[in-house]
Amino acid sequence: MKRPPDLRLTAQRLAALFLLGCALFNYPMLALFNRPLAVLGVPMLYAYLFGAWLLLIALMALAIERRGD
Amino acid sequence: MLQGWVIVLAAFAYLGILFAIAWHADRRADAGRSLIGNPVVYALSLAVYCTAWTFYGSVGRAAATGIGFLPIYLGPTLMLALGWLVLLKVVRVAKANRITSIADFIASRYGKSQLLGGLVTVIAVVGVVPYIALQLKAVSNSFTILSHYPEIVMPDRAVAVPLWQDSALYVAAVMAAFTILFGTRHLDATERHEGMVAAIAFESVVKLVAFLAVGLFVTFGIHGGPVELFDRAREAPELARLMVADDTAGGYGRWAGLVFLSMFAALLLPRQFQIAVVENVDESHLKRAVWLFPLYMFLINLFVLPIALGGLLHFGAGGVDADTFVLTLPMAHGAEGLALLVFIGGLSAATGMIIVETIALSTMVCNDLLMPVLLRLPRLGLHERRDLSGLLLGIRRWAIALILLLGYAYFRVAGEAYALVAIGLISFAAVAQFAPALIGGLYWKGGTREGALAGLSAGFLVWAYTLLLPSFAKSGWLPEDFMSQGMFGIDLLRPQRLFGLAGLDEISHCLLWSLLANVGAYLGVSQWRTPNVREARQATRFVDGVIDRGADGWRGSARVKDLLPLAGRFVGPGRAREAFAQYARSRGAAGVEALPADAGLVHFAESLLAGAIGSASARVAVASVAKEEPIEIGEVLDILDEASQVRTANERLQELDRMKDDFISTVTHELRTPLTSIRAFSEMLNDDPKMPLAERTRFLGIIVAEAERLSRLINQILDLARLEAGRVEWIRGEVDLAGVVRESLDALGQIVKDKGAAVEMRLPGAGPVVLADRDRLVQVMLNLLSNAVKFVAPGEGRILVEVDAADGQARVAVADNGPGVRPEERELIFEKFRQGTGDGGTLTGKPQGTGLGLPISRRIVEAFGGRMWVENAPGRGARFLFTLPLKGGDNGGAIATGATGGSQ
Repeated sequence: MKRPPDLRLTAQRLAALFLLGCALFNYPMLALFNRPLAVLGVPMLYAYLFGAWLLLIALMALAIERRGD
Repeated sequence: MLQGWVIVLAAFAYLGILFAIAWHADRRADAGRSLIGNPVVYALSLAVYCTAWTFYGSVGRAAATGIGFLPIYLGPTLMLALGWLVLLKVVRVAKANRITSIADFIASRYGKSQLLGGLVTVIAVVGVVPYIALQLKAVSNSFTILSHYPEIVMPDRAVAVPLWQDSALYVAAVMAAFTILFGTRHLDATERHEGMVAAIAFESVVKLVAFLAVGLFVTFGIHGGPVELFDRAREAPELARLMVADDTAGGYGRWAGLVFLSMFAALLLPRQFQIAVVENVDESHLKRAVWLFPLYMFLINLFVLPIALGGLLHFGAGGVDADTFVLTLPMAHGAEGLALLVFIGGLSAATGMIIVETIALSTMVCNDLLMPVLLRLPRLGLHERRDLSGLLLGIRRWAIALILLLGYAYFRVAGEAYALVAIGLISFAAVAQFAPALIGGLYWKGGTREGALAGLSAGFLVWAYTLLLPSFAKSGWLPEDFMSQGMFGIDLLRPQRLFGLAGLDEISHCLLWSLLANVGAYLGVSQWRTPNVREARQATRFVDGVIDRGADGWRGSARVKDLLPLAGRFVGPGRAREAFAQYARSRGAAGVEALPADAGLVHFAESLLAGAIGSASARVAVASVAKEEPIEIGEVLDILDEASQVRTANERLQELDRMKDDFISTVTHELRTPLTSIRAFSEMLNDDPKMPLAERTRFLGIIVAEAERLSRLINQILDLARLEAGRVEWIRGEVDLAGVVRESLDALGQIVKDKGAAVEMRLPGAGPVVLADRDRLVQVMLNLLSNAVKFVAPGEGRILVEVDAADGQARVAVADNGPGVRPEERELIFEKFRQGTGDGGTLTGKPQGTGLGLPISRRIVEAFGGRMWVENAPGRGARFLFTLPLKGGDNGGAIATGATGGSQ
């Protein structure tokens, strides 16, 4: 029954990332980048969504892997 | 060349590899060296989420809606971000309750209701079988297209081929064989299939590699990189449109709806539940999967838009179905090997889904649909049969075959119809109906069986009316005016404009109404009555995660000689005997027959059976041999109350346990220090016989000193343990405190002289008399005085010892001019193994004592009704004081009479 002491903190961090993800992946953030422009040749919305997605995954990995047991 | 036989050979070679992997993993599992016991395999197997619908369909969606394919994968990412809060809880509860499927989970939560389990099974079968049909279609289509190489022909005539030439039929048959072989090898008490999971993880790698290969080929092989590809696409206005999302309220609404929907699908699809929860070997695997599975989805989606744009640029609109671009683009460029790889990738995506989904569904059909019925049919004579495990496996195998047959039949009937093409999201919406009952049931104790039944039924009906029937109508199977005029011609009942709600796409429209009905009915009907005994008990288990050994709401007698044969009938006599023997050992019973016929035994047998036939059926089976006596509600309240008391007590115990652990680890550490140095010096003496005498003497001196320290430490630990356990024999008598002080100072005379310290005494000639153990008081004084000597600087130490009496209390004070004790440490130093760090906050060199003297002293003083503390000495330094009640004084009665004092 031994739990790592930061379990609750991890859960909190992940829940915060869930909220961050909800914000990043939806209106109105989405509308900001929903323009027929290109970032380095890549459509802006496409670049934004995949960039935000990768950022979220990286943060999730960071939140859960630090102080690994 | 890609003749038909090459493709078939490749497909069978691939399936052969799958068999080999599954077989190997099963062998390893039997040998106890699990192949799937690592988080990466777990994360990869979760990718069974990505089916042929992802593999081929994503590009099709992207060609039609641009970035609109993405929400389906953003949702699961968000669900995994909630993984620690939701998924982990589901996994824990499922493990603790031996849950075998999502139907079992929901049925078990609401008092092990068979009706509820059956309803969930029906919804899952109706919602998911067409989805299986879609996979068969994908494989069949890709085979047809590939076999026409180098021509690119759309398989819109696929359905017209005679039955025996239909590749989908063979796929279905092979899949049935595979699933039966590895899904129903034996009845497991935990319903896990290691071989299958290993094969699924492998399939996930294959489909990812195949898809990335096409993506790289299209982006860098056909075009000069993504920038060039996007630039070319931007020149065509109808392609430029794909690079932005639908910029209307409806467009964003649909987007949010899809994110929300797929979030639930990632947990609630029967195959996801099977892989994520039932097949989970170790909950810690979830940790890695939380980011690895989203990363997988990220990678498999990276090239979807480039492939869609590349396909549209190459083929133009029409002619070639965008759903086939993944396959037809390599074909059009003559990349035969790549095309074959894509076919294998699509095959792996489809077969992975089919295998897991069929296993999950067959378990549900067997445990939650057929078993409850069979158990109730006395004519079948189930109670008399010796061994039912064969029958159970037979049912599962037939269920698997039947489900695949149903899938195939749907594929033949539906063909290219809308009802099949759109089934992916329709399925998602069907399983989303499980969300209120499942997730609500994890966090809210008030839900009742009727509430869950009402919610699920209402949601399911609304789903069928607003999504399933319209898909039939769009396929031409229902009259057109059903859609345009509503049922019975009532305009308000138009299926996709329900009550006149317009402006939403069909998925969001269905989600809104069905979840509204679902949640409303679930909450509303649950208010009708309070949860009964069984529901309350299960609610506590699911919501609080409290697992008790008592039978849930059972009070009944069931003897081993009834329960063992019963369990044997379902899980096989040998396995049952083994499990009972293990339980007997854990209970400390002499043997299986010696087990007491109590509630714990009933509970054990029930949970053993639950692993094989589901919780609801297990209830019925156990009820057939146990005599149930229902419990009154008052007793249930007692049980619940008890549970919370138990929890508090449990927390306290854990705290104590932790303190004990700390203590032991400190003691071990303290003992090791002298031991290490004794050993080191002894080894040096041993290794070097020619060591000079002076050196040798010095080393021996250290060894003797360290050994003395060690034995002192051990004595003190034993002393403290005795004090704490209250097992000290006190010799009480009248003690003259001034005498004790003088005696102690005499004993320390040499040490004081060595340190060059000056000692001043202010004592009465014959001191206050207290009732205590003289030797113990000497021990306290020696400790205080030696501490004082230890901490003063050499040559300039001044120690003041005072003894006086007032208010019925004798008081002894020892002051020094050492570094003193910092205010925040004044209580700490009385704890075990804590030593002061001195006034300046720096350690005063090596630890100079055992760290046990002060705690022991304080306990001794407290044992005689006194008090010990430390304060600042006038000027600088520390002043330790203790008081003891005077003999015959007012407080004489307060002297602790036993040895239990000071047990704080």
